[in-house]
Amino acid sequence: MPLARLIPCLDVAYGRVVKGVSFVGLRDVGDPVELAAFYSAGGADELVLLDIAATPDDTETMTSVVVHVAEVLDIPFTVGGGVRSVADAMRIIESGADRVSLNSAALANPALVTAIASRYGSQAVVVAIDAGGGVVHTHGGRVATTTKVIPWAIEAAERGAGEILLTSIFHDGQRKGFDLELTGAVRAAIAIPVIASGGAGSAQHVAEALAITDAALVASIVHENPAGLPGLRRELESLGVQLRPVKERV
Amino acid sequence: MVDYGAGNTHSVRAALSRLGRTSEVSNDREALLEAPFVVLPGVGSARSAMVHLHETGADVALHERFSSGGPILGICLGMQLALETTEEDGGVAGLGLLSGHVTRLTTPRVPRLGWAMVEPWNEAYYFAHSYAGESPDTVARSEGVSVAVRNGSFFGVQFHPEKSGPAGLNLLEQCLSPA
Repeated sequence: MPLARLIPCLDVAYGRVVKGVSFVGLRDVGDPVELAAFYSAGGADELVLLDIAATPDDTETMTSVVVHVAEVLDIPFTVGGGVRSVADAMRIIESGADRVSLNSAALANPALVTAIASRYGSQAVVVAIDAGGGVVHTHGGRVATTTKVIPWAIEAAERGAGEILLTSIFHDGQRKGFDLELTGAVRAAIAIPVIASGGAGSAQHVAEALAITDAALVASIVHENPAGLPGLRRELESLGVQLRPVKERV
Repeated sequence: MVDYGAGNTHSVRAALSRLGRTSEVSNDREALLEAPFVVLPGVGSARSAMVHLHETGADVALHERFSSGGPILGICLGMQLALETTEEDGGVAGLGLLSGHVTRLTTPRVPRLGWAMVEPWNEAYYFAHSYAGESPDTVARSEGVSVAVRNGSFFGVQFHPEKSGPAGLNLLEQCLSPA
Protein backbone atom coordinates (compact mmCIF):
# COMPACT_ATOMS: atom_id res chain seq x y z
CA MET A 1 0.00 0.00 0.00
CA PRO A 2 1.13 3.58 -0.54
CA LEU A 3 1.97 5.53 2.62
CA ALA A 4 -0.78 6.91 4.87
CA ARG A 5 -1.99 10.39 3.89
CA LEU A 6 -2.83 13.32 6.14
CA ILE A 7 -5.18 15.71 4.32
CA PRO A 8 -6.13 19.13 5.72
CA CYS A 9 -9.53 20.36 4.51
CA LEU A 10 -10.20 24.06 3.95
CA ASP A 11 -13.79 25.27 3.91
CA VAL A 12 -13.99 28.17 1.46
CA ALA A 13 -16.82 30.60 0.71
CA TYR A 14 -16.61 33.60 -1.60
CA GLY A 15 -12.84 33.23 -1.85
CA ARG A 16 -12.20 33.13 1.90
CA VAL A 17 -11.43 30.34 4.36
CA VAL A 18 -14.38 30.30 6.71
CA LYS A 19 -13.77 27.80 9.48
CA GLY A 20 -11.87 28.95 12.58
CA VAL A 21 -8.30 29.08 11.40
CA SER A 22 -5.93 30.54 13.98
CA PHE A 23 -3.56 33.14 12.74
CA VAL A 24 -0.25 31.86 14.08
CA GLY A 25 2.37 32.35 11.39
CA LEU A 26 -0.06 33.60 8.76
CA ARG A 27 -0.33 37.08 7.32
CA ASP A 28 -3.92 36.62 6.20
CA VAL A 29 -5.74 33.77 7.93
CA GLY A 30 -8.64 33.97 5.51
CA ASP A 31 -6.62 33.58 2.32
CA PRO A 32 -6.99 30.00 1.00
CA VAL A 33 -3.94 30.39 -1.24
CA GLU A 34 -1.65 31.38 1.62
CA LEU A 35 -3.05 28.71 3.93
CA ALA A 36 -2.73 26.03 1.22
CA ALA A 37 0.93 26.94 0.65
CA PHE A 38 1.51 26.96 4.42
CA TYR A 39 0.07 23.46 4.84
CA SER A 40 2.01 22.20 1.84
CA ALA A 41 5.26 23.51 3.34
CA GLY A 42 4.26 21.94 6.68
CA GLY A 43 4.07 18.46 5.17
CA ALA A 44 0.42 17.98 4.16
CA ASP A 45 0.21 15.04 1.75
CA GLU A 46 -2.74 16.51 -0.15
CA LEU A 47 -5.35 19.19 0.40
CA VAL A 48 -9.11 19.35 0.00
CA LEU A 49 -10.81 22.67 -0.74
CA LEU A 50 -14.50 22.59 -0.08
CA ASP A 51 -16.62 25.37 -1.57
CA ILE A 52 -19.28 25.58 1.13
CA ALA A 53 -21.15 28.47 -0.48
CA ALA A 54 -21.26 26.91 -3.97
CA THR A 55 -23.83 29.39 -5.20
CA PRO A 56 -23.82 30.52 -8.85
CA ASP A 57 -22.29 33.91 -7.96
CA ASP A 58 -19.52 32.13 -6.05
CA THR A 59 -18.41 30.01 -9.02
CA GLU A 60 -16.11 32.55 -10.57
CA THR A 61 -14.41 33.35 -7.26
CA MET A 62 -13.82 29.65 -6.56
CA THR A 63 -12.35 29.12 -10.03
CA SER A 64 -9.90 31.93 -9.38
CA VAL A 65 -8.98 30.39 -5.99
CA VAL A 66 -8.29 27.07 -7.75
CA VAL A 67 -6.05 28.76 -10.33
CA HIS A 68 -4.02 30.53 -7.64
CA VAL A 69 -3.78 27.48 -5.38
CA ALA A 70 -2.53 25.43 -8.36
CA GLU A 71 0.18 28.02 -8.97
CA VAL A 72 1.64 27.75 -5.47
CA LEU A 73 1.02 24.10 -4.62
CA ASP A 74 3.38 21.22 -5.41
CA ILE A 75 1.17 18.58 -3.81
CA PRO A 76 -2.17 17.31 -5.16
CA PHE A 77 -5.47 18.96 -4.25
CA THR A 78 -9.12 18.06 -4.55
CA VAL A 79 -11.96 20.55 -4.96
CA GLY A 80 -15.48 19.79 -3.78
CA GLY A 81 -18.72 21.66 -3.33
CA GLY A 82 -20.80 22.79 -6.25
CA VAL A 83 -19.63 20.13 -8.72
CA ARG A 84 -22.93 19.29 -10.40
CA SER A 85 -22.00 18.58 -14.02
CA VAL A 86 -19.19 17.45 -16.31
CA ALA A 87 -18.76 21.13 -17.20
CA ASP A 88 -18.21 22.02 -13.52
CA ALA A 89 -15.60 19.25 -13.22
CA MET A 90 -13.88 20.42 -16.42
CA ARG A 91 -13.75 23.99 -15.17
CA ILE A 92 -12.16 22.93 -11.87
CA ILE A 93 -9.69 20.39 -13.30
CA GLU A 94 -8.67 22.61 -16.18
CA SER A 95 -8.09 25.42 -13.67
CA GLY A 96 -5.45 23.19 -12.07
CA ALA A 97 -7.13 20.95 -9.47
CA ASP A 98 -6.09 17.29 -9.54
CA ARG A 99 -9.42 15.87 -8.51
CA VAL A 100 -13.02 16.82 -7.96
CA SER A 101 -15.21 15.61 -5.14
CA LEU A 102 -18.87 14.88 -5.86
CA ASN A 103 -21.46 14.64 -3.15
CA SER A 104 -25.23 15.10 -3.63
CA ALA A 105 -24.86 15.55 -7.39
CA ALA A 106 -23.47 12.00 -7.66
CA LEU A 107 -26.32 10.67 -5.57
CA ALA A 108 -28.90 12.43 -7.75
CA ASN A 109 -27.14 11.47 -10.98
CA PRO A 110 -24.72 8.54 -10.54
CA ALA A 111 -23.89 8.61 -14.29
CA LEU A 112 -21.98 11.83 -13.58
CA VAL A 113 -19.30 9.77 -11.80
CA THR A 114 -18.74 7.68 -14.93
CA ALA A 115 -18.80 10.68 -17.25
CA ILE A 116 -16.06 12.51 -15.34
CA ALA A 117 -14.01 9.35 -14.79
CA SER A 118 -14.01 8.46 -18.47
CA ARG A 119 -12.74 11.92 -19.34
CA TYR A 120 -10.08 12.37 -16.66
CA GLY A 121 -9.60 8.89 -15.19
CA SER A 122 -10.92 7.40 -11.95
CA GLN A 123 -8.09 8.94 -9.94
CA ALA A 124 -9.65 12.35 -10.65
CA VAL A 125 -13.05 11.50 -9.12
CA VAL A 126 -13.71 11.40 -5.38
CA VAL A 127 -17.21 10.56 -4.18
CA ALA A 128 -17.94 12.18 -0.82
CA ILE A 129 -20.44 10.36 1.38
CA ASP A 130 -21.93 12.03 4.45
CA ALA A 131 -22.99 9.07 6.56
CA GLY A 132 -25.16 8.85 9.66
CA GLY A 133 -27.10 5.91 11.06
CA GLY A 134 -26.16 3.78 8.07
CA VAL A 135 -27.76 6.09 5.50
CA VAL A 136 -26.41 8.82 3.24
CA HIS A 137 -27.20 12.41 4.20
CA THR A 138 -27.36 15.46 1.93
CA HIS A 139 -27.44 19.23 2.38
CA GLY A 140 -24.34 19.31 4.56
CA GLY A 141 -25.61 16.43 6.67
CA ARG A 142 -28.99 17.97 7.51
CA VAL A 143 -31.20 15.75 5.37
CA ALA A 144 -31.28 11.96 5.70
CA THR A 145 -31.97 9.96 2.52
CA THR A 146 -33.08 6.35 2.27
CA THR A 147 -29.88 5.34 0.44
CA LYS A 148 -27.74 2.96 2.48
CA VAL A 149 -24.08 3.92 2.84
CA ILE A 150 -22.35 0.65 1.91
CA PRO A 151 -24.39 -0.14 -1.23
CA TRP A 152 -23.87 3.47 -2.39
CA ALA A 153 -20.09 3.23 -1.82
CA ILE A 154 -20.04 0.00 -3.86
CA GLU A 155 -22.06 1.59 -6.65
CA ALA A 156 -19.85 4.70 -6.70
CA ALA A 157 -16.75 2.50 -7.05
CA GLU A 158 -18.39 0.46 -9.83
CA ARG A 159 -19.32 3.64 -11.65
CA GLY A 160 -15.71 4.82 -11.70
CA ALA A 161 -15.01 6.71 -8.47
CA GLY A 162 -11.32 6.56 -7.59
CA GLU A 163 -11.73 7.24 -3.90
CA ILE A 164 -14.43 7.60 -1.23
CA LEU A 165 -14.34 10.53 1.18
CA LEU A 166 -16.37 9.16 4.06
CA THR A 167 -17.61 11.63 6.68
CA SER A 168 -19.40 10.45 9.77
CA ILE A 169 -21.81 13.30 10.43
CA PHE A 170 -22.37 12.27 14.05
CA HIS A 171 -18.61 12.31 14.73
CA ASP A 172 -17.88 15.46 12.71
CA GLY A 173 -16.94 18.40 14.93
CA GLN A 174 -17.11 16.26 18.10
CA ARG A 175 -13.32 15.74 18.30
CA LYS A 176 -13.83 12.34 19.98
CA GLY A 177 -12.26 10.22 17.26
CA PHE A 178 -13.27 8.91 13.84
CA ASP A 179 -16.06 6.40 13.27
CA LEU A 180 -13.71 3.45 12.92
CA GLU A 181 -16.48 0.87 12.62
CA LEU A 182 -18.12 2.66 9.69
CA THR A 183 -14.79 3.39 8.00
CA GLY A 184 -13.66 -0.22 8.31
CA ALA A 185 -16.98 -1.56 7.01
CA VAL A 186 -17.00 0.71 3.94
CA ARG A 187 -13.35 0.02 3.15
CA ALA A 188 -13.88 -3.73 3.42
CA ALA A 189 -16.76 -3.54 0.92
CA ILE A 190 -14.81 -1.83 -1.88
CA ALA A 191 -11.37 -1.99 -3.57
CA ILE A 192 -10.73 1.74 -3.97
CA PRO A 193 -9.07 3.85 -1.25
CA VAL A 194 -11.11 5.48 1.53
CA ILE A 195 -10.45 8.80 3.29
CA ALA A 196 -11.80 8.86 6.84
CA SER A 197 -13.35 12.16 7.89
CA GLY A 198 -15.03 13.59 10.96
CA GLY A 199 -13.97 13.48 14.57
CA ALA A 200 -10.21 14.10 14.72
CA GLY A 201 -9.37 15.63 18.10
CA SER A 202 -5.87 14.30 18.69
CA ALA A 203 -2.93 12.62 17.01
CA GLN A 204 -4.08 9.38 18.64
CA HIS A 205 -7.44 9.63 16.82
CA VAL A 206 -5.74 10.22 13.47
CA ALA A 207 -3.34 7.32 14.09
CA GLU A 208 -6.30 5.02 14.87
CA ALA A 209 -7.94 5.94 11.56
CA LEU A 210 -4.74 5.58 9.55
CA ALA A 211 -4.23 2.12 11.03
CA ILE A 212 -7.38 0.94 9.25
CA THR A 213 -7.69 3.11 6.17
CA ASP A 214 -5.76 4.99 3.46
CA ALA A 215 -6.02 8.63 4.47
CA ALA A 216 -7.47 10.94 7.11
CA LEU A 217 -9.10 14.32 6.56
CA VAL A 218 -8.39 16.85 9.30
CA ALA A 219 -9.84 20.30 9.89
CA SER A 220 -10.00 22.00 13.31
CA ILE A 221 -7.09 19.96 14.70
CA VAL A 222 -4.78 21.71 12.21
CA HIS A 223 -6.66 25.00 11.72
CA GLU A 224 -6.39 25.93 15.41
CA ASN A 225 -2.62 25.83 15.02
CA PRO A 226 -1.48 25.67 11.38
CA ALA A 227 2.16 25.86 12.48
CA GLY A 228 1.65 22.63 14.44
CA LEU A 229 1.28 20.42 11.35
CA PRO A 230 4.93 19.22 11.34
CA GLY A 231 4.55 18.44 15.06
CA LEU A 232 1.37 16.45 14.39
CA ARG A 233 3.21 14.45 11.72
CA ARG A 234 6.04 13.67 14.15
CA GLU A 235 3.50 12.56 16.76
CA LEU A 236 1.80 10.29 14.22
CA GLU A 237 5.15 8.77 13.29
CA SER A 238 5.91 8.12 16.96
CA LEU A 239 2.54 6.33 17.13
CA GLY A 240 3.70 4.02 14.33
CA VAL A 241 2.05 5.69 11.31
CA GLN A 242 4.18 5.52 8.16
CA LEU A 243 4.05 8.90 6.45
CA ARG A 244 6.17 10.21 3.59
CA PRO A 245 9.50 11.69 4.60
CA VAL A 246 9.24 15.46 4.02
CA LYS A 247 12.30 16.62 2.10
CA GLU A 248 13.99 19.94 1.49
CA ARG A 249 14.78 21.36 -1.93
CA VAL A 250 18.38 20.57 -2.89
CA MET B 1 5.10 20.18 -23.56
CA VAL B 2 3.17 17.82 -25.80
CA ASP B 3 -0.60 18.32 -26.00
CA TYR B 4 -3.08 15.41 -25.96
CA GLY B 5 -6.04 17.72 -26.44
CA ALA B 6 -7.09 16.94 -22.86
CA GLY B 7 -6.58 20.27 -21.16
CA ASN B 8 -4.81 20.29 -17.84
CA THR B 9 -1.09 20.86 -18.32
CA HIS B 10 -1.09 23.46 -15.52
CA SER B 11 0.69 21.52 -12.82
CA VAL B 12 3.72 20.52 -14.88
CA ARG B 13 4.04 24.02 -16.31
CA ALA B 14 3.70 25.55 -12.82
CA ALA B 15 6.46 23.24 -11.56
CA LEU B 16 8.70 24.19 -14.49
CA SER B 17 8.15 27.88 -13.83
CA ARG B 18 9.03 27.33 -10.15
CA LEU B 19 12.34 26.00 -11.48
CA GLY B 20 12.77 29.17 -13.51
CA ARG B 21 12.00 27.47 -16.84
CA THR B 22 9.62 28.67 -19.49
CA SER B 23 7.43 26.18 -21.31
CA GLU B 24 4.99 26.12 -24.16
CA VAL B 25 2.38 23.58 -25.21
CA SER B 26 2.84 22.53 -28.82
CA ASN B 27 2.59 19.54 -31.14
CA ASP B 28 4.35 21.39 -33.92
CA ARG B 29 7.10 19.26 -35.51
CA GLU B 30 9.68 22.03 -35.48
CA ALA B 31 8.99 22.88 -31.82
CA LEU B 32 9.22 19.20 -30.81
CA LEU B 33 12.54 18.81 -32.64
CA GLU B 34 14.17 22.06 -31.59
CA ALA B 35 13.11 22.45 -27.94
CA PRO B 36 15.97 21.69 -25.52
CA PHE B 37 13.57 19.50 -23.55
CA VAL B 38 10.21 17.85 -24.25
CA VAL B 39 7.67 16.63 -21.67
CA LEU B 40 4.97 14.07 -22.40
CA PRO B 41 2.55 14.85 -19.56
CA GLY B 42 0.26 12.56 -17.62
CA VAL B 43 -3.35 13.52 -18.20
CA GLY B 44 -6.17 11.98 -20.21
CA SER B 45 -6.87 8.50 -21.49
CA ALA B 46 -4.54 6.36 -23.61
CA ARG B 47 -6.70 6.10 -26.72
CA SER B 48 -7.68 9.76 -27.04
CA ALA B 49 -4.09 10.81 -26.34
CA MET B 50 -2.65 8.53 -29.06
CA VAL B 51 -5.33 9.60 -31.55
CA HIS B 52 -4.46 13.25 -30.88
CA LEU B 53 -0.71 12.58 -31.24
CA HIS B 54 -1.35 10.83 -34.53
CA GLU B 55 -3.70 13.47 -35.92
CA THR B 56 -1.24 16.26 -35.11
CA GLY B 57 1.81 14.33 -36.38
CA ALA B 58 3.40 14.60 -32.93
CA ASP B 59 3.94 10.81 -32.88
CA VAL B 60 6.28 11.00 -35.88
CA ALA B 61 8.04 14.10 -34.51
CA LEU B 62 8.62 12.36 -31.18
CA HIS B 63 10.18 9.36 -32.98
CA GLU B 64 12.44 11.74 -34.91
CA ARG B 65 13.44 13.55 -31.72
CA PHE B 66 14.11 10.23 -29.96
CA SER B 67 16.26 8.93 -32.86
CA SER B 68 18.36 12.09 -32.83
CA GLY B 69 18.96 11.85 -29.06
CA GLY B 70 16.76 14.77 -27.95
CA PRO B 71 15.74 14.37 -24.29
CA ILE B 72 12.09 13.47 -23.55
CA LEU B 73 10.52 13.08 -20.12
CA GLY B 74 7.31 11.04 -19.91
CA ILE B 75 5.13 11.46 -16.84
CA CYS B 76 2.46 8.89 -15.80
CA LEU B 77 0.39 8.33 -18.98
CA GLY B 78 3.28 9.95 -20.88
CA MET B 79 5.59 7.17 -19.68
CA GLN B 80 3.02 4.49 -20.50
CA LEU B 81 2.48 5.80 -24.05
CA ALA B 82 6.21 5.45 -24.77
CA LEU B 83 5.98 1.65 -24.36
CA GLU B 84 4.77 -0.73 -27.08
CA THR B 85 1.16 -1.31 -26.02
CA THR B 86 -1.33 -0.58 -23.27
CA GLU B 87 -4.41 -2.60 -22.41
CA GLU B 88 -6.22 0.62 -21.36
CA ASP B 89 -9.32 1.51 -23.43
CA GLY B 90 -9.52 -2.02 -24.85
CA GLY B 91 -5.92 -2.05 -26.14
CA VAL B 92 -3.96 0.78 -27.74
CA ALA B 93 -0.58 0.79 -29.52
CA GLY B 94 1.93 3.14 -27.89
CA LEU B 95 4.89 4.99 -29.39
CA GLY B 96 7.24 2.04 -28.84
CA LEU B 97 10.25 4.14 -27.84
CA LEU B 98 10.93 1.42 -25.24
CA SER B 99 10.06 -2.24 -25.18
CA GLY B 100 7.39 -3.26 -22.72
CA HIS B 101 3.67 -3.33 -22.15
CA VAL B 102 1.15 -1.58 -19.89
CA THR B 103 -1.42 -3.61 -17.96
CA ARG B 104 -4.04 -2.89 -15.32
CA LEU B 105 -2.65 -2.85 -11.79
CA THR B 106 -3.23 -5.88 -9.60
CA THR B 107 -2.42 -4.07 -6.34
CA PRO B 108 -5.01 -4.45 -3.53
CA ARG B 109 -6.50 -0.97 -4.12
CA VAL B 110 -6.89 0.51 -7.60
CA PRO B 111 -6.38 3.36 -8.37
CA ARG B 112 -3.07 3.29 -6.56
CA LEU B 113 -3.23 6.71 -4.91
CA GLY B 114 -0.77 8.49 -2.68
CA TRP B 115 2.87 8.78 -1.80
CA ALA B 116 5.01 5.66 -2.04
CA MET B 117 8.69 4.91 -1.70
CA VAL B 118 10.66 4.41 -4.91
CA GLU B 119 13.69 2.11 -4.86
CA PRO B 120 16.64 2.15 -5.22
CA TRP B 121 16.28 5.95 -4.97
CA ASN B 122 14.93 5.80 -1.39
CA GLU B 123 12.57 8.69 -2.08
CA ALA B 124 8.77 9.09 -1.82
CA TYR B 125 6.77 10.45 -4.78
CA TYR B 126 3.06 10.92 -5.48
CA PHE B 127 1.22 8.30 -7.55
CA ALA B 128 -2.29 8.28 -9.03
CA HIS B 129 -2.66 5.40 -11.48
CA SER B 130 -4.71 2.35 -12.41
CA TYR B 131 -2.30 0.97 -15.04
CA ALA B 132 1.46 0.38 -15.01
CA GLY B 133 4.13 -0.65 -17.47
CA GLU B 134 6.55 -3.55 -17.28
CA SER B 135 9.73 -3.07 -19.26
CA PRO B 136 13.30 -4.44 -19.48
CA ASP B 137 14.30 -0.75 -19.37
CA THR B 138 12.99 -0.38 -15.79
CA VAL B 139 15.34 1.62 -13.55
CA ALA B 140 13.21 2.00 -10.41
CA ARG B 141 10.33 0.23 -8.67
CA SER B 142 7.75 1.01 -6.02
CA GLU B 143 6.14 -1.88 -4.13
CA GLY B 144 7.25 -4.13 -6.98
CA VAL B 145 5.66 -1.95 -9.69
CA SER B 146 7.91 -0.64 -12.49
CA VAL B 147 7.81 3.14 -11.98
CA ALA B 148 10.74 4.53 -13.94
CA VAL B 149 12.18 3.56 -17.33
CA ARG B 150 15.11 4.80 -19.35
CA ASN B 151 16.17 4.08 -22.91
CA GLY B 152 18.53 6.41 -24.76
CA SER B 153 17.20 9.95 -24.46
CA PHE B 154 13.79 8.89 -23.09
CA PHE B 155 13.21 8.91 -19.35
CA GLY B 156 9.79 8.07 -17.97
CA VAL B 157 8.29 8.09 -14.48
CA GLN B 158 4.96 6.68 -13.36
CA PHE B 159 4.65 9.11 -10.43
CA HIS B 160 3.97 12.85 -10.65
CA PRO B 161 7.17 14.82 -9.90
CA GLU B 162 5.18 18.05 -10.32
CA LYS B 163 2.96 16.95 -7.41
CA SER B 164 5.68 15.39 -5.27
CA GLY B 165 6.81 18.39 -3.24
CA PRO B 166 10.52 19.21 -2.93
CA ALA B 167 11.54 15.64 -3.87
CA GLY B 168 9.67 15.96 -7.17
CA LEU B 169 11.12 19.37 -7.98
CA ASN B 170 14.60 18.04 -7.26
CA LEU B 171 14.03 15.23 -9.74
CA LEU B 172 12.66 17.57 -12.42
CA GLU B 173 15.66 19.84 -11.94
CA GLN B 174 18.00 16.88 -12.43
CA CYS B 175 16.20 15.88 -15.62
CA LEU B 176 16.40 19.42 -16.96
CA SER B 177 19.95 20.23 -15.94
CA PRO B 178 21.60 19.34 -19.25
CA ALA B 179 18.88 21.26 -21.15
